[in-house]
Amino acid sequence: MIDFHVDARSGIAPYLQIVRQVRQALLLGLLAEGDKLPTVKEVVAKVAINPNTVSKAYRELEHLGLAAGKPGVGTFITRSLGHASLIEHGPLQQELRAWMDKARAAGLTEPGIEAMFQNTLRESAEEEK
Amino acid sequence: MNAILQAHALGKRYGQRQALADCTLDFPLGRVVGLVGPNGAGKTTLLKIACGMLAPTTGRIEVLGEQPNGATAQLARVGYVAQDTPTYASLSVADHLKFGAKMNPAWDAKLAQARVEQLGLNPKQKAGKLSGGQRAQLALTMAVAKRPELLILDEPVASLDPLARRDFLRHLMESVAEHDTSVILSSHLVSDLERVCDYLVVLVSSRVQLAGETDDLLAQHHRIVCTRRQESDLPAGLEVISAEHTDRQSTFVVRSDSELPAGDWSAEHLELEDLVLTYLERPVEHGGDTAMQPTGAAR
Repeated sequence: MIDFHVDARSGIAPYLQIVRQVRQALLLGLLAEGDKLPTVKEVVAKVAINPNTVSKAYRELEHLGLAAGKPGVGTFITRSLGHASLIEHGPLQQELRAWMDKARAAGLTEPGIEAMFQNTLRESAEEEK
Repeated sequence: MNAILQAHALGKRYGQRQALADCTLDFPLGRVVGLVGPNGAGKTTLLKIACGMLAPTTGRIEVLGEQPNGATAQLARVGYVAQDTPTYASLSVADHLKFGAKMNPAWDAKLAQARVEQLGLNPKQKAGKLSGGQRAQLALTMAVAKRPELLILDEPVASLDPLARRDFLRHLMESVAEHDTSVILSSHLVSDLERVCDYLVVLVSSRVQLAGETDDLLAQHHRIVCTRRQESDLPAGLEVISAEHTDRQSTFVVRSDSELPAGDWSAEHLELEDLVLTYLERPVEHGGDTAMQPTGAAR
């Protein structure tokens, strides 16, 4: 079972934050096919958000084909994301980690590292096209 | 019946003072409605009319498909928690539950008991000795155990510290999820409501300034920053909510029901709090007599 968190200041609609967290959990291998998502009641009792927000997020996950609701039982993950979870890409992550250590050593701060990462990601995505 | 509350041109006057004016609203069933506005804007007046404790001076109102009249059958369908979440100081927690059971035909004793245990309240404790947060939770328990179709809460978290606030809202949302209860709650702070509401009403100087589904309101409003220009130079179909100008730049908050047209400006969505503040700062139009008044912003 996973926990959700919602940041009202993020500028991202709360239901999309939940959708995003499920996707991330799938990518990280924290959730896999057949896993049950927490019930609406369990989520709102923990994070104090509107129940309709959670229902809307679950409907969106169903729409994306990532989850399916079984009436009276709950909402279940119906497929895993991508060919391999990020965990299986351990070596890649280690390389990224090493790069970040180097960036820090070179005097880059966290916002600087993030900006450089985002820029490079965008550039490489554009070149792919 | 498919509405929590429907009001048409509702008004309330106390002698010379207009507490509520020309209030037209329609809350869909199953929503958590947040009523935001400064103190004295008319929030309490509207809530008291909704639960039949006050009669309106003008206009019509229906709550759960019936005119509020304070009759027992209707009171059973609506749970009301007044400002400062009142409890009986000299009665114990257990006495409160007994009292509730006696007063309410549909009282859910099991639910009340479970909530008191979950909250860790001592049944023998006198309500007067409880903390503010515990008292608020007890008042909520009393309202929820009636198993109402609609809960009306007037400033339920105003006097609570941030932790107790979060706790209160968690329990409220849990009970909404469990029993499909509709809720109307008021606050003078948007930050209290933005996580829990899916329908928002902004009340200023006794008038409704804004009302709608929270997601729609967020999608419809943009902040536009552009080179200095007048409101009239903006494309048609944009309602200007606020305008600010420096010597070279103009900043507008605009509302558009369709997609924002592209233009020579940068546009971004507003956070709910900024959106509400924009409406709180907007001059209130009184029955059309000031509708033509120049804003004075674009000289």
